[in-house]
Amino acid sequence: MTTESGADSEAKQQQQQQEESVAAPKENPKAAEPASPQNQLEQLPAAVGHSTPARKEQILCHQDTPEEDQESRQSSTSRLSRSPLKGMKKVKIMQCKVTLLDGSDYTLTVEKRVKGQVLFDKVCDHLNLLEKDYFGITYRDVEQQKNWLDPTKDLKKQIRTGPWNFAFNVKFYPPDPSQLTEDITRYYLCLQLRDDVVSGRLPCSFATHTVLGSYTVQSELGDYDPEELGSDYISELRFAPNQTKELEEKVMELHKTYKGMTPAEAEMHFLENAKKLSMYGVDLHHAKLVGRLYQGLARAPGEDSEGVEIMLGVCASGLLIYRDRLRINRFAWPKILKISYKRNNFYIKIRPGEFEQFESTIGFKLPNHRAAKRLWKVCVEHHTFFRLVSPEAPPKKFLTLGSKFRYSGRTQAQTRRASSQIIRPAPFFERSASKRYNMSQSLDGAPITENHETLMRDSDSAANARGDIITTVTTEKKAEEEKAEREDARADTTADAGTPTAVRQEAKTDSEQTDFAFDGDITATEDTEPPAEMVKHQTNISELKRSFLETDASVPGLTEWERRLSSSPARSPRSDEPPMIEPLEEEQQDEEDEKPAGDETKAEPKVTEAAEYLLKCTADSSLADGAPPQGISPSATMDDDVFAAEEKTPDSHDQLSEKSVDRLSPGSVREEVSQAITDKRGMLIILKEAEVEAEGKDDVGKLLLSKMEALVEEASPVKGSPKKAMASWVSEVARAEESEVFRVLTEEMPKTFEQSKPDVAQITLSEAAPLAVSTLGWISPSVTPEKASADVEQKKLLATEMEAAPEDHTRADAVCAKEMPVVHTETKTITYESAENDMNGDTDHGVLLSAQTITSETTSTTTTTHITKTVKGGISETRIEKRIVITGDSEIDHDEALAQAIKEAKEQHPDMSVTKVVVHKETEITPEEGED
Amino acid sequence: MAGLMAGFGCYTHAIVRGIPTSLAKESLRTCQAEVDLSKAQREHDAYVHILRTTLGLEVVELPAEETLPDCVFVEDAAVVCGDTALITRPGAESRRRETEAMKGALKDLNLNIVEMTDENATLDGGDVLFTGREFFVGLSKRTNQRGAEILADAFKDYAVSTVPVMEKLHLKSLCSMGGPGLIVIGSSEPAQKTLKIMQQMSDHRYDKLTVPDDLAANCIYMNLPDKGQVLLHCTAEEYPESVKVFDKLNDYKLFPVSNSEKVKVDGALTCCSVLINKKSGN
Repeated sequence: MTTESGADSEAKQQQQQQEESVAAPKENPKAAEPASPQNQLEQLPAAVGHSTPARKEQILCHQDTPEEDQESRQSSTSRLSRSPLKGMKKVKIMQCKVTLLDGSDYTLTVEKRVKGQVLFDKVCDHLNLLEKDYFGITYRDVEQQKNWLDPTKDLKKQIRTGPWNFAFNVKFYPPDPSQLTEDITRYYLCLQLRDDVVSGRLPCSFATHTVLGSYTVQSELGDYDPEELGSDYISELRFAPNQTKELEEKVMELHKTYKGMTPAEAEMHFLENAKKLSMYGVDLHHAKLVGRLYQGLARAPGEDSEGVEIMLGVCASGLLIYRDRLRINRFAWPKILKISYKRNNFYIKIRPGEFEQFESTIGFKLPNHRAAKRLWKVCVEHHTFFRLVSPEAPPKKFLTLGSKFRYSGRTQAQTRRASSQIIRPAPFFERSASKRYNMSQSLDGAPITENHETLMRDSDSAANARGDIITTVTTEKKAEEEKAEREDARADTTADAGTPTAVRQEAKTDSEQTDFAFDGDITATEDTEPPAEMVKHQTNISELKRSFLETDASVPGLTEWERRLSSSPARSPRSDEPPMIEPLEEEQQDEEDEKPAGDETKAEPKVTEAAEYLLKCTADSSLADGAPPQGISPSATMDDDVFAAEEKTPDSHDQLSEKSVDRLSPGSVREEVSQAITDKRGMLIILKEAEVEAEGKDDVGKLLLSKMEALVEEASPVKGSPKKAMASWVSEVARAEESEVFRVLTEEMPKTFEQSKPDVAQITLSEAAPLAVSTLGWISPSVTPEKASADVEQKKLLATEMEAAPEDHTRADAVCAKEMPVVHTETKTITYESAENDMNGDTDHGVLLSAQTITSETTSTTTTTHITKTVKGGISETRIEKRIVITGDSEIDHDEALAQAIKEAKEQHPDMSVTKVVVHKETEITPEEGED
Repeated sequence: MAGLMAGFGCYTHAIVRGIPTSLAKESLRTCQAEVDLSKAQREHDAYVHILRTTLGLEVVELPAEETLPDCVFVEDAAVVCGDTALITRPGAESRRRETEAMKGALKDLNLNIVEMTDENATLDGGDVLFTGREFFVGLSKRTNQRGAEILADAFKDYAVSTVPVMEKLHLKSLCSMGGPGLIVIGSSEPAQKTLKIMQQMSDHRYDKLTVPDDLAANCIYMNLPDKGQVLLHCTAEEYPESVKVFDKLNDYKLFPVSNSEKVKVDGALTCCSVLINKKSGN
């Protein structure tokens, strides 16, 4: 459950408050940070009574009492009256307890509605930590599973119930800690590793325990000094899960030899040893094999590979598969084309080997859906952090059939660059970790039994287990390429090379060096089943793309993706290999394996020019029958060689049954999206249809059209009501009042047609099927947008603003600057995110009923269809946006293409009107920053 | 400064065992061949001589045991890494008792002894390739998953990956370490496939030295204080083509060691000794 909305959230908030009120007195008030004057502790009166003077001060700053606040949130009328006063909005404060790496608890307060980043930043500030990208904050979910706090998401949506307890942890273990810039960073890494060792998560031998322990002692206590330390000083410290007297003696023996070693040096030695341990930085997840997909697994006779219990380990270099502590397979990131999950299953698609034609997909069954998603997220994050130069843009699927989740922090490359700029003098910090090693609990509260030992459980697998482990895995093309590249060297070697270096050369030549082969598109997607037609199209497109990629392979120039790759560590550019060609058969079989947004873009052989169109149609009930779009950017004419369009109306009730076309209630919203994709061209068409029940009071039915450049100005004043001050290009909405809350219903009925002219080979259409269900849906099916609407029914919240979030401004500006690569211009998710926030928020903004994104991509186009439905002030509105990004290397008559797109949209949706068309053209792509 | 996993190939001690006369007739073999016992004896003596005299290792020579025809192949009885010795449970029933003498010898060297008591586990040392950074364990007729698990338990610092052994008796029948990060590998298809698997499984990068003959890929690498890099490998009489490859290793002191008789009973160079570094760890 990541989302909390509607009636549910109301109930939860109360529940939470009750819990908080119970928990509050226990917490250490002294540690609470003074909150901003506007803040107010969210506590029930009872809890307020217990609060400290410091807190009372905060409260004094407020006019409203908590009780009033309660009322206001329960009563839509009071909310209505209050909502315009945005500046006066009350902010609830939550007290958080963060267990730090030294085992101490740090108590602080944050506003309830802040993002995870705020908490993280505060903790890092407290720790005086600058190189913070390696770290993260964890919390325990209802199942007591450890989850990483998503810095981009609201805290309250992640901490559903229970106290706001967190732990500060290392998230990405740097493979080479000596490259960290500051000693303080290494210190915290040491603390984490000590805990990993003591808890058993990081298994090591007796010898290693003594060595690591001795450095721990040196860094913490300094030189061996029997007079000062006493003889038994060492048993106060924990070094191993099962610490023996013998171990302590050995530690002491070593400690004696370290005289003069500084704490920082000792920590460096500690890390140099710890990093070599095989389980260093490996995040383990229980799983079972899914049958035939893993035929090669070594198994005991009579034992079916299906259901064999294994562990999946995510680490810097890739994915490790363990069975009972033995590594039975390993997939380096470059071998993995795609990771995805569906329900309880987690899938990886493996790059075909040199003798294989097709990718293979390996499935794993996780204990539950949450575990599958957790694993998927960890994979996405690790891959991005360790393999990419910069994070991928989140997929801009407004229809969110897939998770939008992407790692948004800095990558290792970025954080290294950034930390090389650190100029402060080495901060003083106190090393005070010893306390916690007497605790029997590990850092994050997990009992010590939950360690590697137990995870890697013994089994009675019978004799002679064997298998051809690697059958599903094959070597990479890279290996062949290297062969070719180094042919000379090898020739020399085999012929005569008398030097060992030559021999080495040979060895390198034909060894398979997977680690630094370039990554395929590792795509992290949630899944959905694409409509059959779509799959069919994917087939065609995939084929077309294949030929396209092949024919264009020799054209100079790097794609955005290649640029990234080429600047990624230890990789030389290879513009000749298309990183991603998907076999269509697989797409059809496993609908779950859908491509995420961004993939195709990356796979483009060339991007020298990118154009982006945005076309938005609005229809009100009043304007019901498609008032002709006015003011659409004039010069557009169509010269498309190929035009393909499709209609989609996703069904938010059941995203998996997209075929359902029913419109259940009068209030149901019909959304139609027209999608126009042309080769080397793009359009975004936004169709909007506001739902009006009985007495529709259409105060807005505007049609707007403007260039992207004008968007910012366009923002608020243009709108019908002052309340409606949306700040971005998505802001144009038609509104109508409705007496009842409508049911959210969308349909998906892909309908495609293509007009192809003989001279163009590429028909590009939504190769990537919609990515699976939205985060909301996935995580907690019970808290889906319907609930939101139900909640709206009850509360009749009137929204004043659809907060399109400042980010939108930023993005728009950036786009206007004409500097962003295509991939980066596609950032409309922002809108969705803010809408999502609103949905669960105790804010005054519009209530989002549903938001979905479908993204489809081909080699040269990316189409994003985003449908959002919101209720604002009793007005429901549905917006369909379509963004098409076209990239190509030739001159394109965008205007013509746009005109055609608009025409198509009108034809397809006679009852809707185009309210906005945005054209953005880019003729240059800013190259990614090179890797150092 | 204490450091782990340092000094790959550094050895101070070697454990060897005499050849029983029963070897000629009773020892296990994958193909039928006449063993010239006296020649085998001569070869073995030469082998021990190199270890002891030429290389200066402290050699512990266990007496041959007639009831254990294969006892000369001490490698299968124990896996030693650092100061820990895992006493194996050999896959061949007839060889189980070989470990007794081995255990005693290792104890005398003050190693931490880990015993494989699980009756479902089998492991031959010949299936264990330690690269300096990790273990590869061949799953073979003699070694099973459970045995590999116990090995992983015994050497927790290291990744232990399992590799299927195709055709050959042991994993090390077709490969061995030729230096830090250098895998010597036979050129047969199973050998090459095995190497691919190992590379796939590994976080570390290895160079490889391919020799035409699989059996020639079994050699002994050492890095000795006053000798530098040492490689004991097959002779030109046995595998002329493979020796040409070894001859290119200029930085090495090369010691061709004849093994024409023991190889008939699947004994390779590494099989005949257990190498130990008593200075490891600290």
